[in-house]
Amino acid sequence: MSITRRQFLGTSAALLGSLPFARAIPALAAPADTLVAVTGQTINSLDLHRVGTNRASYQIAVNCYDRLVSFGTKEAPGGGLSYDYSKLEPELAESWTISPDGLTITFKLKPNATFQDGSKVTASDVKWSFDRAVSVGGFPTTQMQAGGLTRPDQFEAIDDLTFAVKLDKPSKLSLPDLAVPVPFVINSKLAKANATEKDPWAMEYLHKNTIGSGAYKVVRWDAGQQVVYQRYDGWVGGPKPAVKTIIMREVPSSATSRALVERGDVQIAFDIPDKDAAELASKVTVYSTPVENCIHCLCMNSNFAPFQDANVRKAVAYAVPYEAIFKTAAYGRGTELSGGSTEITDTAWPRKIPYSTDLAKAKEYMAKSGFAGGFETTLSIATDLASWMEPAALLIQEAVAQIGIKTTIEKIPGAQWRTASLVEKRLPFHLENFGGWLNTPDYYFFWAYQKGHLFNSSNYYNEEVEKLTNETLHMAMDDPEYAPKIKRMFEIVLDDLPRIPLWQPALNVAVNGADGYEFWFHRMLDVRTLKPAGA
Amino acid sequence: MRIAQAVPVLIGVVVISFVLTRALPGDPAVQFAGFAATPQSIEETRVKLGLDKPLPEQFFLYVGQLLQGDLGQSLSTGQPVTTELASRLPASLELTLTALILSCAIAIPLGVLAATRPGSWVDQLCRVLVTAGVSLPTFFTGIVLIYVFYYLLGIAPSPLGRLDFIYLDPPRVTGFFLIDTLLAGDPETWFGALKQLILPATTLALFTLAPIARMTRAAMLSALSADYIRTARAAGLGSAKVLYGYAFRNALLPVVTTLGMVFSFVLGANVLVEKVFAWPGIGSFAVEALVVSDYAAVQGFVLCMAVLFVVLNLIIDLAYSVIDPRFGTDAK
Repeated sequence: MSITRRQFLGTSAALLGSLPFARAIPALAAPADTLVAVTGQTINSLDLHRVGTNRASYQIAVNCYDRLVSFGTKEAPGGGLSYDYSKLEPELAESWTISPDGLTITFKLKPNATFQDGSKVTASDVKWSFDRAVSVGGFPTTQMQAGGLTRPDQFEAIDDLTFAVKLDKPSKLSLPDLAVPVPFVINSKLAKANATEKDPWAMEYLHKNTIGSGAYKVVRWDAGQQVVYQRYDGWVGGPKPAVKTIIMREVPSSATSRALVERGDVQIAFDIPDKDAAELASKVTVYSTPVENCIHCLCMNSNFAPFQDANVRKAVAYAVPYEAIFKTAAYGRGTELSGGSTEITDTAWPRKIPYSTDLAKAKEYMAKSGFAGGFETTLSIATDLASWMEPAALLIQEAVAQIGIKTTIEKIPGAQWRTASLVEKRLPFHLENFGGWLNTPDYYFFWAYQKGHLFNSSNYYNEEVEKLTNETLHMAMDDPEYAPKIKRMFEIVLDDLPRIPLWQPALNVAVNGADGYEFWFHRMLDVRTLKPAGA
Repeated sequence: MRIAQAVPVLIGVVVISFVLTRALPGDPAVQFAGFAATPQSIEETRVKLGLDKPLPEQFFLYVGQLLQGDLGQSLSTGQPVTTELASRLPASLELTLTALILSCAIAIPLGVLAATRPGSWVDQLCRVLVTAGVSLPTFFTGIVLIYVFYYLLGIAPSPLGRLDFIYLDPPRVTGFFLIDTLLAGDPETWFGALKQLILPATTLALFTLAPIARMTRAAMLSALSADYIRTARAAGLGSAKVLYGYAFRNALLPVVTTLGMVFSFVLGANVLVEKVFAWPGIGSFAVEALVVSDYAAVQGFVLCMAVLFVVLNLIIDLAYSVIDPRFGTDAK
């Protein structure tokens, strides 16, 4: 009797358990006016200017707000579309003029531009937004400074539709800096209505609400789960987007994202690892666009004795197994940077370095150095970036061991990595990555090769490079003096080698059932150009 | 009485979590100053976060806020910690409780069967099943289940979290979707929530089968070999009455203890399952907050867990007194 009762319980449990599956719902296709994208990052604010907003949240500023200008489109290397740094296009401003001395840029706003609540966009809204960007501190203010925009008195609303920016000195970076996600235009009337004495910039309100004039608005934000964008039909910043609703879902596991995009339940898997990109390429469309002005590097800190010796640095440069690293750490996604010629004929950056794996040469240089007997050091990597840093570090460890450099790999987690490598700059031998938003070599040099600047984790200092970088940073790229100076800068750093470029990484996006993906320097998903497949 | 005993525990937890989070290496000001932060903007961020004040002052500010029910702001998610915990704890609890119910439904009968037929094929099957479930890591079983049931067979729904995007969240009463959807009278969404629960709950259940089944088996075996069972059999009572009326009830005590331990372990350790199934649970929240040195979030989480364990122990004690009439009295 007890057996039959147990059997009864067992079978009824099995029956109940199979009920949900009995409704055998096949992979539900999203309704025709909805696209679903998945990403591994989490969005922690709808306001880019807020303290603590992480990078992944910048996509809100990109999709829901307008800037004065935007970049055009070109074909991306490797297929698909990309933004075009050389073409500035109107977004909120229909035209602009630059004064003869290059110090004042005057913008004429589009007269039919409206915010998502229906009110008109005026120059005073632009001024309020720009004042906010330079006053809140942190990353937004730093980024504004790159274009020479530092103080509220530089911005003037001349009349309702005319806005002027006054620069302290003319710079080729100023206009492009207005197209980066940071200087977005906020509905200042609505913001001020929700501001308080303690919160004059309405940080709390913009944290949870998008109040711009952009193509989409956030109608739903479930923190840690998803953001739902809905199209704003009154958008004038560009061509009307094809999709009404776009859902951005957060899926931490890359294996799950991969299964979802392969089955077509989601149309876009954004920023997937190189391994998944390489393996999915045969099944769905995968765009692997090399990220402009971004290089994965092996850095040698000049505060540590062995790396002060130029011969040691050259030896390491010849020992690094570039091809093996590109195959194993990057799965062939991106651009390899070794084996270039020593002759520098153009100002393209990143560029192929004139080094390739040559163990004999490496041993020669070690013998010539003051450390012919080898030495011991620590090779540091960040745990958060272990997907590319770990395989690269292991291959480097193995390679330099052959020239007498004994390394132990040190993994540094999360918050400590930035402190150790960038703020304190105390890591002797480490992997680094920096990508500049503004696509000029001098911009890269400013951040990575100038003394004391954040991404110069090698504590590199070269007087000539300092001088040349300062001169070229704001110089126009078609100035006849520009190219020779840049080439000289390349010569010096590729000889001094404080950072050895390993490869240029790619941003991988798998698409199954959608079109119109465009690569952007900010490495966020710009949803405004997306459309369903075949449309 | 019990609750009064819990207060010093909670005070200790508050102090220790405060000190420990700040003793950890890693500077939240650097993390939250953004990716291109200069030393100057890092200092600005530090001041904004209130981290430049001396430690005792920070502690008193924290305790003051705590007494007003304010657990602070989580920097990594941008939400107040109380909101985060209030939404993520029910998500994790729902998953854990479902997994435990499923697990008990299989493990306890299995353990009883194995105990009543020691050495038989049922006993061996129990051993094999249970060892396999516990030795495979949860993220592995999770991914295998997704691969088989979602990717290959297509019968499981997309592993996109608690609810597929075609459903709307039910109005919040308890935070448990299975309960809230019934309260709102929405059977469609109830089924939707249940479907999303099946795979992650199965993954967790496979993992928790082992301790429960083994404990049931061991406890049943020791109960069945006791004198009072021999007496009951000798007195001519039927085997069902002997098994369930006497042996099982006595074996239940250690099983309840094990259940309590398993529950507390799984609640925090199901972070891997949460990651694989994109479940917005408390485990992944705490781990991410820890990695970026998000002090308020970590402290809030530790405090919340401490309160939960106090409540859990209370419930277990209550369960004891229900099961065992001798409990609480001077046992002879």
